[in-house]
Amino acid sequence: MPILDNLWIIPLLPLLGSAINGLFGGKWTNSVVNYVAVGSTGLSFACALEAVREFSQLTPQQIPFVKQFFTWIAAGTFRAGFDLQVDQLTVVMLLVVTGVGWLIHIYSTGYMAHEGGYYRFFSYLNLFMFFMLILVLAANYSLLFVGWEGVGLCSYLLIGFYFLRKSATDAGKKAFIVNRIGDFGFMLGMFLLFKTFGTLDFVPMFAKAVPMPADAMGQMGTLTVACLLIFVGATGKSAQLPLYVWLPDAMEGPTPVSALIHAATMVTAGVYVVARSHVLFMRAPSAMLVVAIIGCATAIFAATIGLVQTDIKKVLAYSTVSQLGYMFLACGVGAFSAGIFHLMTHAFFKALLFLAAGSVIHAMGGEQDMLKMGGLSKKIKWTYITMLTATLAIAGFPPLAGFFSKDSILLSAFQSENGGHVLYAIGLFTALLTSFYMFRLIFLTFFGKQRYDEHHVHVHESPKSMLVPLMILAVLSLVGGWLAAPAFWGAPDYFAKFLEPVFAQGGGAESAAAESAAHALEMPLAIVAVITATLGLGIAYWLYISRPAKPAELAKSMKGAYTTLFNKYYVDELYAAVVVKPLLWLSTKVLWQTVDVQIIDGAVNGIAHGTTEVGDNVRHAQSGSTRSYAVWVIIGALVIIAIIFWPYLKPAAVGMVR
Amino acid sequence: MVPTHYYLVLSAILFGLGVVAFVFRRNIITIFMSIELMLNAVNLAFVAFSQAWNRLDGQVFVLFVIVVAAAEAAVGLGIIILIQRNRQSLNVERVDLLKL
Repeated sequence: MPILDNLWIIPLLPLLGSAINGLFGGKWTNSVVNYVAVGSTGLSFACALEAVREFSQLTPQQIPFVKQFFTWIAAGTFRAGFDLQVDQLTVVMLLVVTGVGWLIHIYSTGYMAHEGGYYRFFSYLNLFMFFMLILVLAANYSLLFVGWEGVGLCSYLLIGFYFLRKSATDAGKKAFIVNRIGDFGFMLGMFLLFKTFGTLDFVPMFAKAVPMPADAMGQMGTLTVACLLIFVGATGKSAQLPLYVWLPDAMEGPTPVSALIHAATMVTAGVYVVARSHVLFMRAPSAMLVVAIIGCATAIFAATIGLVQTDIKKVLAYSTVSQLGYMFLACGVGAFSAGIFHLMTHAFFKALLFLAAGSVIHAMGGEQDMLKMGGLSKKIKWTYITMLTATLAIAGFPPLAGFFSKDSILLSAFQSENGGHVLYAIGLFTALLTSFYMFRLIFLTFFGKQRYDEHHVHVHESPKSMLVPLMILAVLSLVGGWLAAPAFWGAPDYFAKFLEPVFAQGGGAESAAAESAAHALEMPLAIVAVITATLGLGIAYWLYISRPAKPAELAKSMKGAYTTLFNKYYVDELYAAVVVKPLLWLSTKVLWQTVDVQIIDGAVNGIAHGTTEVGDNVRHAQSGSTRSYAVWVIIGALVIIAIIFWPYLKPAAVGMVR
Repeated sequence: MVPTHYYLVLSAILFGLGVVAFVFRRNIITIFMSIELMLNAVNLAFVAFSQAWNRLDGQVFVLFVIVVAAAEAAVGLGIIILIQRNRQSLNVERVDLLKL
């Protein structure tokens, strides 16, 4: 097993690529940078495939396969090692990250061809791949956290890639700071886990957790608190309520970055961590409920905002937030494999949507406002076809990928004991909204009247390096869900079956009775879901194709609702008023102008000023006149003599009085 | 034999004259001479004590003082000559460059 025993090579290849491009790429032509960047990720993908092949030959006893490479930190009983782990969950993540990542690298060579800082872009992108691979391969929370922070760093660097634009650097900072809040929770969670279990390695920790009694619903036991803290980290990284605000702004970055980091891989890290910690979550039902509710609320919240956005990337950003909500909903109702399944299919179709949107923007010469597009379907046919595929997939039309994954999430939500029907209803309504806003995007972009000036915008199809990844992803969006298709004729769902060894440990395996009930429900629920998706498509068609004047009328007649949605529920403004402004006030008035300037600087300056002042006054003693010095010497001498002789004079004086 | 305190009173008077001259005279050479006067007043006290206690320590000190006074005279006169050359004056009140 050459690769499995040398797992470090998978993350190391992109790191090497990043270092080479970062150090020397500035002097090279674009094509050399391409070879390094695409080559290193491609090799990494090949190694991942080989690792998966070797993994499939392992016996069940050898899984999870953990390999210790070196000890990173050792302090007392604490050990954080550079240990990598492969199990079925890792396999899924590994293939998604390297595969989709590689495709996006190829796409970027076309998309970024005319941009400055070409080598810098690929250096960052490769560095991201390295950290993401560390994240998914890590065998303990501390190493996972290294990847976790690293992808956050790369996200920051890439959002602010066009650093001359203030909005881009602001968005980068926002992403970094909001994530910091989540990371704080994550770290506290890690500390609590270490205190409880005495280790941060997954395998021994979960082995210790399995016999532990589950917390009762509503009970804030150690596990519940730890899970909630971990989930706080996940809400930051995966853009859930209330920390989702950074993701829409992150669209300031180049489009391939939005596709890779802010849709397909990094933002799903939170879902991955929750799934990875499922053993703990299964023993903390209150935490599970919180995860489900937050996921569900985020799904519908973001979907409603997505309804009225006009920036093509912003729509996709809110859609991503909404779909991540679905994944958390799945995790929250205990259907971890459904959540990971949606993670995978979402990586395909959302990466495709972003890349296709990038292709549209490329074709329009940088225009992102959908109201200034229209009628593009004939001019950029391949982009149109692939984007339509992705839209059908995300809207949930069979037999595309999104249909199967979303269906299994909704099914699990429906079967959940804790308010499952409400969660299901909200999830279903969100599916309707999803279908609507996605087809709104399609209709506004590719259909209807041409709303741009043909003299200024020369619409052109993108180069092959961009189209080929689009086509591959379109195929994946089409067939990616078929792994779960057998569930419809009563056979086991391959994907869930594959992940079962991972999730069985937590006690998440379904009983036979529940499974047969699920099969009975599968068909009716699927039909309902398809009807919902069609309804969304129909409404979008009616509003944006049949009656193009209607949306404006509607916006006018429901002005309050429309402006609220258009301004994203004023959440940014709310955060600005409640958190940012007081914090700025505190920092400016108290910490800066009082503590720093007046107290700290004041003390330092005060000492200097006092010294000057004293010197200024004492200086007058130095008259420069020799004789005055002499007088002082004499006075001093007399004083000293007086002091020395005083005790001897006294008895005499006393004697004289007598 | 002259009692010791006569010497001491004489020494004090000489020393006081030296101090007064040091403070009130302006000519640097006079000031210099007043320093010599004070030194020798002290010498006188040393010798008087030496005789009173019948020990030689005081006289040894006097020899040291004379040596130091000689060295001081050499350096001091050198300084005085330089002041005279630079200022064409020996008035100590003109030597006040340190004053701001």
